[in-house]
Amino acid sequence: MDVAEQIANGLDNDMEADGNQFLTFLLAGEEYGVDILRVQEIKGWNAATPIPNTPDYIRGVINLRGTIVPIVDLRRRFGLEPMEYGPMTVVIVLKVLHGDKSRVMGVVVDAVSDVYNVQEDALKPAPDFGSVVNVDFVKGLATVEETMVIILDIDHLLNSGELAVMAGALAE
Amino acid sequence: MSIDMEQFKTTFIEESLEGLDIMESVLLEMQPGEAEADEVDNIFRAAHSIKGGSATFGFQDITQFTHVVETLLDQVRSGQRAVTQEAIDLFLQSVDIVRDMLASAQEGFDIDQAQVAAVQAGLERMLNSTPASEPAAATPSDDGATDEHEHGTSGEAAAPAGGGWAITFKPFPDMLRSGNDVVRLFRELAELGEFRAEADLSAMPALVDMAPEEACISWQVTLRGEIPREAVAEIFEWVDDECELTIHPLDEAAALTPVTAAEPETTAVAEAPVVQAAPPAAERRSSERRKSRSAGAESSSIRVSIDKVDALINMVGELVITQSMLSQLGEDLTLDKVERLKDGLSELERNTRELQENVMSIRMLPISFAFNRFPRMAHDLSSKLGKQVELKMSGEQTELDKTVMEKIGDPLVHLVRNAIDHGIEAPEARRAAGKAETGTVHLNAYHQGGNILIEIRDDGAGLDRERILAKAVERGLIGASEGAGLSDAAVYAFLFEPGFSTAAVVSDVSGRGVGMDVVKRNITALGGAIDVQSSPGEGSTFTIRLPLTLAILDGQLVRVGEQTFIVPLVSIIESLQMEQGRVNAIAGAAELYKLREDYLPIIRLYDAFDLRPDSTNLTDGLLVVVEGNGRQAGLLVDDLLGQQQVVIKSLETNFKKVEGLSGATILGDGTVALIVDIGGIIQLSQGGGQTRAGSAAA
Repeated sequence: MDVAEQIANGLDNDMEADGNQFLTFLLAGEEYGVDILRVQEIKGWNAATPIPNTPDYIRGVINLRGTIVPIVDLRRRFGLEPMEYGPMTVVIVLKVLHGDKSRVMGVVVDAVSDVYNVQEDALKPAPDFGSVVNVDFVKGLATVEETMVIILDIDHLLNSGELAVMAGALAE
Repeated sequence: MSIDMEQFKTTFIEESLEGLDIMESVLLEMQPGEAEADEVDNIFRAAHSIKGGSATFGFQDITQFTHVVETLLDQVRSGQRAVTQEAIDLFLQSVDIVRDMLASAQEGFDIDQAQVAAVQAGLERMLNSTPASEPAAATPSDDGATDEHEHGTSGEAAAPAGGGWAITFKPFPDMLRSGNDVVRLFRELAELGEFRAEADLSAMPALVDMAPEEACISWQVTLRGEIPREAVAEIFEWVDDECELTIHPLDEAAALTPVTAAEPETTAVAEAPVVQAAPPAAERRSSERRKSRSAGAESSSIRVSIDKVDALINMVGELVITQSMLSQLGEDLTLDKVERLKDGLSELERNTRELQENVMSIRMLPISFAFNRFPRMAHDLSSKLGKQVELKMSGEQTELDKTVMEKIGDPLVHLVRNAIDHGIEAPEARRAAGKAETGTVHLNAYHQGGNILIEIRDDGAGLDRERILAKAVERGLIGASEGAGLSDAAVYAFLFEPGFSTAAVVSDVSGRGVGMDVVKRNITALGGAIDVQSSPGEGSTFTIRLPLTLAILDGQLVRVGEQTFIVPLVSIIESLQMEQGRVNAIAGAAELYKLREDYLPIIRLYDAFDLRPDSTNLTDGLLVVVEGNGRQAGLLVDDLLGQQQVVIKSLETNFKKVEGLSGATILGDGTVALIVDIGGIIQLSQGGGQTRAGSAAA
């Protein structure tokens, strides 16, 4: 574990005492939140190089200052109606943890919304919809100013399905 | 003391391994009976530092073992003992043992104690064979202090002395400055037994001249009691190199004192700094000699010559100047300054390119690192097999990427072994064939284009085409009647088939690690290729072709639809426009192209990668004939764009391995292009079952 990560984790722990900060974004009218400490940067959409034989929600890879970063379209990932990419389309670059390894990935969202403080105990577990909706990726639901924010578990979300990595592969 | 000893331990092990390499290479050059003084000195010095270091880090077994080696070497050095072939062999075995011990200290596996005991017994037998050499303590030594106190007990190294110890302790003037305190040392000694110290004030300056921080008193210490020698030595461990120290059993002390007191003054002062200074200087020298270590022990650090670092610093300096020039220009840029801006930018480009080349060169090491293990191997193997083999090496200074170097070591070992074991004939057979009794194995490395070529050439019997063919038929790789029509190259290619080990083909000596198929696989994994030439009676040549570095490859940019892919240039054989009449399809699906005499499977790249091409018509596109994993195929692409060097970026860092792709790179315009994994894509589209067609075509 590198120093930055330790600090980040340390911050993480501190935050849990008096609430975490979440960056929220819009996706088909709903507001979703991710832990702000995982957000590396927010950038506009640039054409990605598609990777053959991968599901359509993996839009391809981009060059992020010399690093190859895969881009995931969250609309398609959630099975929502895909949208044309435009000047407002935003890519949130996130750090995803998998075991003790971390990866950098970008997610395409409709727009970035706000930053909220949410107390850990104010998070309500997502109700179980059975097989209708997979709520594994949902860490919990938060209510901010009367609106519902869906807090995502990005480690789970971006390590599942086709994005899953065998432990061995990451260990090179 | 809470110093992180781990870090020093790693350095110690690395340096010791280098020391062993030096010992080994000097020993191999040494001729019985005519040892040159500085050769022996070199070996001795290496052994000595290993002993000193291992004692500091508490590797008792290494200390004890090297101590015996060192004592013997010391006798050789002082001319008391002649260098015999037996001694050289024994020293070589000792080098192996110490290397094993170091590896076990590092990685914690058990070593073969029986073997250690055997070699140690051999050393001790030799040590005892010349009574003149006893007691070793009286021999002059390299850096007085440390040697003296070790030598004092060479005869009874393990046995604790009964009566106690006489210790002569003469601190160098600087000793106190490093925080060592005589009082503290004595207090510790006093805890061991009956302690008595006499101060020798003869070196005391007059009060006016006295520097309070200098130690100028020497001591004669008598320590009585049942005390193990190690316990005494341990107390002085930290001041080893800052004092003159002798430790003798009490009863012998009287006889020895005059000798030990007289000689260290001259040798110690003159020689000790040399030994202390030796590591940095010797390291650089040895870094050229250092070979890559045995399998699995890939080192994570790299030694870079000062010249390379200096060159880098200079270049960064230039870069900074260019940058400040440009930013100054940018502050008030007017149209008339555009020329200067252009100049500045081209300067920047030159700086960047040079910097890149030089940074890459840091990873480059001379191939002698990989070659250096072979003289030893040839020496051992030829005496074991009763053959006379001369190993010639050339092009050792050819530089190769460190990663490639580490991975090429084992395949090379295998090939050299094969050359000696199966290639070179026994002396009688050679004489019968009218050749010199001594066979030659020639290792050669050189650059060619963007590749490095390594040749392993022997002047042995050459490959036996008929036996290989017979074996291929036996294994069902070809039909009994097909053999005659195959070219030599095609026949030799069978050597690299799995399970087709050379041992089984050419002789019955087998069970020697990896087979040739693994050799080939390792080389292919590095993006290289291996090639065999042989003529009966004259010998065979194995040529390994490797890319200079793993981080950069020469790529052919190809276009499929809107996407650009990179095909590694090494795997491209040719590119051509197809003629309609030459395309055949088996069962309407598996398309083959008749290229001269071979049928080449066609892979439509847009199909494999699920893309929309310009045209699905075969004759509109281009066929790139490629070879990967020993199979050939034709890739259908829309267009060839250009060739360029690309820096390989891993897809796995942030994503995962994608079948048919070996990585990605960033093109000049900042976009990402994917690098095609030729072996993978052939596998992908052929589903694995067609090795035969591929290798026959090869």
